[in-house]
Amino acid sequence: MSETAEWPLWEVFVQAKEGAAHQHAGSVRAADRELALQHARDTYARRPPVFSLWVVPSEAIVASAGRDREELFDPADDKVYRHPQFYRVPRGVRGP
Amino acid sequence: MDDTQFEARIEAGESIEPKDWMPERYRKQLIRMMSQHAHSEVVGMLPEGNWITRAPSLRRKIGLLSKVQDEGGHGLYLYAATETLGVSRDELIEALLDGSAKYSAMFNYPTPSWADIGAIGWLIDGAAIVNQTMLTDCSYGPYKRAMIRICKEENAHQRQGYEIVTTLARGTETQRRMAQEAVDRWYWPALTLFGPHDADSKNSDELTRWGIKRKSNDELRQWFMNRVVPQAKAIGIEFPDPGLHYDETSGDWRHGPIDWDEFRRVLAGSGPCNRDRIEARRSAHEDGAWVREAAAAYEAKRRERAA
Repeated sequence: MSETAEWPLWEVFVQAKEGAAHQHAGSVRAADRELALQHARDTYARRPPVFSLWVVPSEAIVASAGRDREELFDPADDKVYRHPQFYRVPRGVRGP
Repeated sequence: MDDTQFEARIEAGESIEPKDWMPERYRKQLIRMMSQHAHSEVVGMLPEGNWITRAPSLRRKIGLLSKVQDEGGHGLYLYAATETLGVSRDELIEALLDGSAKYSAMFNYPTPSWADIGAIGWLIDGAAIVNQTMLTDCSYGPYKRAMIRICKEENAHQRQGYEIVTTLARGTETQRRMAQEAVDRWYWPALTLFGPHDADSKNSDELTRWGIKRKSNDELRQWFMNRVVPQAKAIGIEFPDPGLHYDETSGDWRHGPIDWDEFRRVLAGSGPCNRDRIEARRSAHEDGAWVREAAAAYEAKRRERAA
């Protein structure tokens, strides 16, 4: 039944409004980039709000693995000096 | 990671993502459930598609067209989410076309009148929303996210169906009868959509333990009953259920006994339209082969030129 090879997979990112970040919405299969965009439009943009779409070949995405989560992200917890509350400001001064 | 650690993650309400370790059985159950769900969306387009050209007004026609298009889209969200578990869309579609995959038994019933389109939207989509709303909280991330997207769109389908039934119910005597007859056809299928009673459901325990299901079949069915009975009363439509009654103590609308033998027969493929549905899918797939070939050839040529 599958006379042609399966179409490549593309990840779809939707920007809901101008200036907002693009967010992952899902994926589509399509033979080429134009069709990927067209399928993404038909599949993930039938209703507002959509301002722009990105499609990215799924194989181009490099993701961190779940098993590396602690090693990669836990150290951030100890770095209190990355947060404004770490730094002292004289009493009565507002702003910084 | 082992089963105990995995279950601790579920217990903690964490979302399981495609690259995370998961028990083989969790993966299998999800593939089974999600692909059946995807197939149901796709096959669900057929009984309704039948009525697009015969919709009674332009308002009804645009509504139905967009509903059927949404269902195609829902099928795609779900195939894409299922693919994250390591099966390919081609495999899933082939299983549907060769008859080995299951899909919702609902779509093996015929839609003999326009009122069926109303009754399906109101009762079948209405029942599906109850199930799907529960799944927006399921433990598998891609399934959960697809469900959130689907639920947002599905509400319009149920309202569309209820409006169709309401309009007929308030029309001429013939129209009222059409509405009632369609509801007579779809009430029981809608109740079976939630699956077997909790005591007889062989998959439920496991699905609940793994946070795929957050409520039992009977709880969901009850929730549905409490929503639709007042809706029926509001428009003077009756459900074909002599056992239907209001339970004063719990404040619930109770249904009478469900004929599970009928449900199993239809699910096993002896529903009135089983063969037609699969035939229609097969010919759609075969008739579309040239489009797939042309798209692949075009991209191959572009690559060749670019090289």
